[in-house]
Formats: sequence, C-alpha cells, structure tokens
Amino acid sequence: MSVNGEYAILAHDVHKTYNKVKALNGMNLQVPTGKVVGLLGPNGAGKTTLVRIITTLLKPDSGTVMIQGINVLEHPAQVRGTFGLAGQYPAVDEQLTGRENLVIVGELYHFGGREARHRAKDLLERFGLTDAADRPVKTYSGGMRRRLDLAASIVARPPVLILDEPTTGLDPRTRRDLWVFIKKLVQDGATLLLTTQYLEEADFLADQIVLIDSGKVVAQGTADELKSQIGGETITLQIEEIAQLDRIAQLIAPIGKTAPQVDTLTNTLILPVAKGTQSMVEVIRALDGSGVELVDIRLARPTLDDVFLQLTGNSKS
Amino acid sequence: MSQATIPQSTPLRVVWWTIHDSLVMTRRNLIYYIREPRLIFFAGIQPVIFLLLFTFVFGGAIESGAPASIDYINYLIPGILAQTVIIASTQTTVGLADDLSKGMVDRFRSLPMSRAAVLAGRTLADSIRGIFTTVVLLTVGTLIGFRTENGIGAILSVIGLAFVIGYAFTWIAATLGLLVKNPEVAQVVGFIWIFPATFASSIFVPVSTMPEWLQGFAKNQPISVVTNAIRGLLWEKPSFTNLDAMALRAFVGLSDKDIQIALFWVAGILIVFVPLAIYNYSRTQ
Repeated sequence: MSVNGEYAILAHDVHKTYNKVKALNGMNLQVPTGKVVGLLGPNGAGKTTLVRIITTLLKPDSGTVMIQGINVLEHPAQVRGTFGLAGQYPAVDEQLTGRENLVIVGELYHFGGREARHRAKDLLERFGLTDAADRPVKTYSGGMRRRLDLAASIVARPPVLILDEPTTGLDPRTRRDLWVFIKKLVQDGATLLLTTQYLEEADFLADQIVLIDSGKVVAQGTADELKSQIGGETITLQIEEIAQLDRIAQLIAPIGKTAPQVDTLTNTLILPVAKGTQSMVEVIRALDGSGVELVDIRLARPTLDDVFLQLTGNSKS
Repeated sequence: MSQATIPQSTPLRVVWWTIHDSLVMTRRNLIYYIREPRLIFFAGIQPVIFLLLFTFVFGGAIESGAPASIDYINYLIPGILAQTVIIASTQTTVGLADDLSKGMVDRFRSLPMSRAAVLAGRTLADSIRGIFTTVVLLTVGTLIGFRTENGIGAILSVIGLAFVIGYAFTWIAATLGLLVKNPEVAQVVGFIWIFPATFASSIFVPVSTMPEWLQGFAKNQPISVVTNAIRGLLWEKPSFTNLDAMALRAFVGLSDKDIQIALFWVAGILIVFVPLAIYNYSRTQ
C-alpha cells in the first residue's frame, strides 16, 4: 500500500460483524488527496459502519485504515485532529445558539476562547447563518441545522472532511443549496469523503464514485463510467393494443443497442439506446404513420435503482 | 487548508486539558438548564411534594413513637435532601442517553478532546443543578416548620454534603446511561433502583422500626448514612444537660462517625464508578 501523501484516506480489507451481521466484508477504499469521493450504497450497505471505523468511533474486526498516513487503529488520538466529521444526524445542541455550538467545538479543539469566537463568527458568515447566530438551534430549519453541522465539522480547518449522508431528509431545494456549500468547502483543496443514497448527489459532488453493497465494493469510477457500465439510457414505450407489441418491437429494434424488452403485462417495450434524445427522435419517426397508438413514451437515464439492480445482481450470481 | 494542530501530550497537559474540556462541557450542560427552566422547576417540585405529603401524612404517627419530642419535619428534611440529590442523579442517565441517541456523543468522540470530559461535564452540571434544588427544599422546609440552631455553617455543610453525595451518584447514573443508551429506557432504569434504595433507608422512618432482616441493609447503606450525617449536622448537640437530644440520636441510630462514613462512601463510589463510566464511554460504539 502506498501511503505517502497520495491518498488522504485508505482502507484495506476491512471486516466488521455486528450481531452476527456482516456489515463490512473485505471493504477497500482509496480517497486520493484533494479529491471528492462519493460512497454510494443502499441502506445497510455498510456506509455508516465504514465512516465510523475511519473516524475512530468503531473498531473493525480486521483490516487497516489510514488517514493522512496515520494508522487510525494504532493512533486514534492523533487522527482525531486531522479530519472533520458531519454524521448522519446533525450533531448540534438544540438549546444552544448557533454561535455557542461553534464556539464550544472550537474550545474543545483547544483554540482558546478568542480564537474559537473568531472562527465561529467567520463560519456563521460563510454558511449564511449570521442572522440566526444568536437564536437557539431549536428554532432552525432542517437545512440550517445541516449547515451549522457542516460548519462545526470544519472549525479546525481539517485537511480531510467526512460527511455521512449530509442531505438525507432534506427537501430537494434545500438539498441543492447544501450541495453548493459542500462544493465550496472543497474548493480550497480539502479531501472529501461523502456517503449518500442519491446517485444525483454523488454525480454533482464527487470526482469518483464507489458503489458498495453488502459490505464491499461492487463498482467504482466516475459517474459516467458507472452509468455506461450498466447500459446507459433506455426508451420506454407504453401502447394501447397488445396485438401491436411485436410489430413495434420490430420497427424500433434497429435504433436500439439491443432488441427491446417486451412486457406483455403492462404493454410496454424497453429499448436500450446509445444516443439519448436523438434516439428518441428516431423512434418517433419510425412509428410515425404506422398507426400505432402510444399511451406513453419517455427517455430514462439510469437511476440508482437500475445501478443497483444490475450491479448487485452481478455480484451475487 | 492548514494542518490541524495536535497538542503534544505531557501528563501536565493531559490534566490541564481534561479540566478545561470538562468545564467547557459543564457550561454547555448548564446552558441547557438555563434555557429550559422547566427541567429545573420539575426537578424542584417533585421533592417539595414529597416533603409536604410525608410531613402532613406520616408526621403524626412518627412523632408519637419517638422517645423525645421531635417535629417530623426536622426528621424528614435531611432524608428528603439525600433522596432528592440521588433522584436528581437519574437526570444524568437520561441526559447522557439523550446525547448518545442524538449523535452528539459521536461528534465529541471524534474531536481531539479529553475522553473524560463528556462525563465529567455532565455529572458536574447535574450536581450543580442539585444545589439549587437543595436550597429550594431548605426554604420550603423552613416555611413549614423546619428549624436548626446550629447556624449557617451547619447549613452550608449540609449543602456541601448533599452536593458530594449527589455527585458520586451521578457517576453511577452515568455508567447506567452508557449501558442503556435510550432516553426512555434510562428514565425507567433510573427509578428501578432508586425507589427501593431510598425507601429501605432511614429517610422516612427510623430503621429500628423495620423488620430485622431489613435493618442490616437499611442501616448501613449509603443513603441512610448520608441522611444520618445530615441529621447530625442539623440537630441539637447532645450533652449530659440535653438528654432528650441523646435519646433521640440513639433512637434514630446516629453516630459520631456518620460524616466520615458518608465521605468514605462518596470516595468508594467515585473510585469504582468514575473509571467504569470512562471505560464504558471509550468503548461505546
């Protein structure tokens, strides 16, 4: 294993079993310095377990974990100063104000009162919380709490940032707002490990995506690589009369990458295509004047569901 | 971004940062109580209800059985004080379980702060809150007839003793909070051991009126020892010219060594439960 500054986080062959369930089963992870890696997986895939092990909250049964070249299992106390963590639920005190929350974290990093207050003020400004700074957190919206939690995780300006499902439970608009803040965090060159259930989120934020299931890596690469790995886009057609299914299948087959899948139960055809909207135009042109009555036609990009159905299926067969 | 600074750990620094971090955490917990005064109010109201109920319901029966004249309120106040600080310690179980269930403890455990500070700050803040309740009880007690002739020094000693025994019990409660982790369960668990322990004691009635099999436990358990130590501080001093005071002390089972024994209990509980709680905290996953 190379550890000399090339990777900010390294996990090698990590195993963890809780209550007889194998949460991690030979997990490997490399997060290059200065990059954003998205750890993508369904509930129970082992994302949070891995984050807890990397951040010294949990001890693995076996395996090696390093942050910034420091062995997490051997030197947990040293590692704790090098990363910022925002967990799955915002770890902010309800009764305290936003400012008090940040000052206390600063003091616990041993910055001293003046410096802790100074950093708190800067962070409140940076995260758009200045107006709410002196209100108890219990009056904050979900998005504001997440922002405060993010701010708390970077009080020490850590070189490595670890965010565990930072937008779970937020509405789509607030989620997008938060993405912008996260994007800003890594502009200064920090390394970010991010876990998420949303393909879209990994797509927007991550340089590389690591897809995990059942405690191990099932695929990794850029978002585009992953999408193409599972076959890319499809066109779905739903028609009125079942008798026409075969004829339509013949008409559109040359446009697809493979022959369309025919589902007689719902009267639909699913055609894998290579050229997206261009293929859509070709399908409509092919059907024009054929007398076919379409109920619905739509172009679909791979969803997280598709990625999982396909990739986790392969890993088990 | 610049590398976070990690202070070099020398023994002196470790002690200094442990105290520093513990005080930061104490402040955090006290802010909670100030912002949520209901927590303090209800912590105060329950022992006041106990005080009133027991004084007016049981008072007559107890007074008639005593060998010398005594107002039951003077018998009861020391016991209620001990019971209150011990019941208040269950708040430590709940508060800690609450922090654990909300992920606050994950944040604290991922910071380069002292491992003992979360517990030390919690137990200290809860014990400071106990002082407030102690003062409320002494005030209400005075309104319904509690008196002492031993002066302000005795009162302050009583508050101090109540504080240290309460502090010791918050560490037992902290150990339990780390084991159960769920705030609702913590609430129930706290009361399961506290109710038998406070009733099988000298708080409400003299131990000599209990069946013999219970007397051994009831007489020597820490809650009785502390209660009797507080009585020793507040009651009239015995002398050959004050035979009533002597008779009363003998009837209730007070001894000159109650304060020392109480402080031994405090030390014993802390020696066992501080390391146990810290061990459980650092193992919590």
